[in-house]
Amino acid sequence: MLLISCPWCGPRNETEYHYGGQAHVPYPGTPADLTDEQWAEYVFYRDNPKGPFAERWMHSIGCRRWFNVLRDTATHEVLTSYRLDEPRPELPQAGGQR
Amino acid sequence: MTSTALPEHPDWLWRNPDPRSSYDVVIVGAGGHGLATAYYLAKNHGITNVAVLEKGWLAGGNMARNTTIIRSNYLWDESAAIYEYALKLWERLPEELDYDFLFSQRGVLNLAHTLQDVREGMRRANANRLNGVDAEWLEPEEVAKVCPILNVSSRTRYPVLGATFQPRAGIAKHDHVAWALARRADEMGVDLIQGCEVTGFLKDGDRVVGVETNRGRILAGSVGLAAAGHSSVLAERAGVRLPVQSHPLQALVSELHEPVHPTVVMSNHVHVYVSQAHKGELVMGAGVDSYNGYGQRGSFHVIEQQMAAAVELFPVFARAHVLRTWGGIVDVSPDASPIIGTTPVENLYVNCGWGTGGFKATPAAGWTFAHTIATGEPHPLNAPFALERFATGALIDEHGAAAVAH
Ligand SMILES: Cc1cc2nc3c(=O)[nH]c(=O)nc-3n(C[C@H](O)[C@H](O)[C@H](O)COP(=O)(O)OP(=O)(O)OC[C@H]3O[C@@H](n4cnc5c(N)ncnc54)[C@H](O)[C@@H]3O)c2cc1C
Ligand SMILES: [Zn+2]
Repeated sequence: MLLISCPWCGPRNETEYHYGGQAHVPYPGTPADLTDEQWAEYVFYRDNPKGPFAERWMHSIGCRRWFNVLRDTATHEVLTSYRLDEPRPELPQAGGQR
Repeated sequence: MTSTALPEHPDWLWRNPDPRSSYDVVIVGAGGHGLATAYYLAKNHGITNVAVLEKGWLAGGNMARNTTIIRSNYLWDESAAIYEYALKLWERLPEELDYDFLFSQRGVLNLAHTLQDVREGMRRANANRLNGVDAEWLEPEEVAKVCPILNVSSRTRYPVLGATFQPRAGIAKHDHVAWALARRADEMGVDLIQGCEVTGFLKDGDRVVGVETNRGRILAGSVGLAAAGHSSVLAERAGVRLPVQSHPLQALVSELHEPVHPTVVMSNHVHVYVSQAHKGELVMGAGVDSYNGYGQRGSFHVIEQQMAAAVELFPVFARAHVLRTWGGIVDVSPDASPIIGTTPVENLYVNCGWGTGGFKATPAAGWTFAHTIATGEPHPLNAPFALERFATGALIDEHGAAAVAH
């Protein structure tokens, strides 16, 4: 089970949260101009890296707020969590080959 | 198949060759799908200058980790066609491959616990019958006749309100299936190369011409990806983006028991699926973990929930012990249907997105993928499962019939 830190409530078990997939996926700026391929890209295509991944979680049985988490999908290590209005943090280089 | 003893191993199964410098076709991934593809490339198309490259050991990925459920009771015409084709191939493969991998057509029950489940189940059973798939709707008393250890009392938290039943569904010994396919492919000249990881692709403009591996460069006329959970990581190295997400999916077995469980039972609502292996273990699975992951292990609370559901449905399991749990990495597509076909890179083909349910499709996946690679065109059975459907919107939404939450 993952131990995830809500920016407002602190570290809680994974079972308190709901997963929301990739973070930082902006809604298209000019939706009317998009081709079918670009719409497919926005609706269906998400990154799926083996390594650090910025993703959304919601503290569903706590404060019910969404926030972002940087997590390593290969090791399950939760690297950091941050609020939606904060930029994706730089990773310390210590992790080596990921 | 009536025998219950495990099949004897043949004296030898396959050669262990070093990779040659070039092949007509290179398949990446020696799971069931990669092996079946190689087998049908040789058998149906006479293409035997083929290598199957496997980073680990043969069939050590999801092929060795699945709960072996085989059925074809999917909702949509496209799915019914390909899964039913697979089931018909399963019915003749033990003889064709001369290998008794204990394909046991003991039937599958998909339980309904809510009014909506009942409606979905009846609709699916009717759709199945229109597609020539054996399926019936059973009331709770009839469900109890098929599986007497199932608790169909109305006094449970999620009472069984009925079930769909597909009598021709069943289970098979998955690793024996892989070995059976591997042996025949090897006999026809296919090189099965273990410990050979594909790390990149050789391209000439928009065309793939080979692969980079930890054992050197290998040239190839065509390259077929059958890498299950790692499909998107691999395709990205060829410059192709795939709409799949990789998730951990767990399963577990109990210690051995006398035969108590005569069929396969799946419940999408309380989320457990159970069968009893030939040796006697209860084999159980649940849904995927919600998050993306490549760690080949999942969260304990998923097991806890699946156990709670199992014990309520099967009170007789209350004192059974869990012997072993494990996880695999499955690649889930947005419509819970696979992607089999061409890619924007010429001569590069992809077979992925089978998510939690690709074992049952193994022979049909191999048959259609081999056809696509051999001819450059999809087979009618896999044409609807092209990558383009995400742009055209012609999705094949099987979340309901996938029977596993993802
Ligand atoms: C716990 C669990 C239960 C399941 N239960 C069922 C079920 O009951 N019924 C059902 O129909 N399906 C089930 N599935 C799904 C099924 O196992 C998969 O859909 C199916 O096995 C995928 O095809 P495959 O056999 O080729 O994949 P795999 O056997 O995973 O083959 C892919 C291979 O590619 C190799 N590979 C990856 N990257 C590289 C690389 N770079 N270079 C070389 N090789 C590489 C891997 O090592 C692996 O051996 C289950 C899966 C899991 C994990
Ligand atoms: Zn919180």
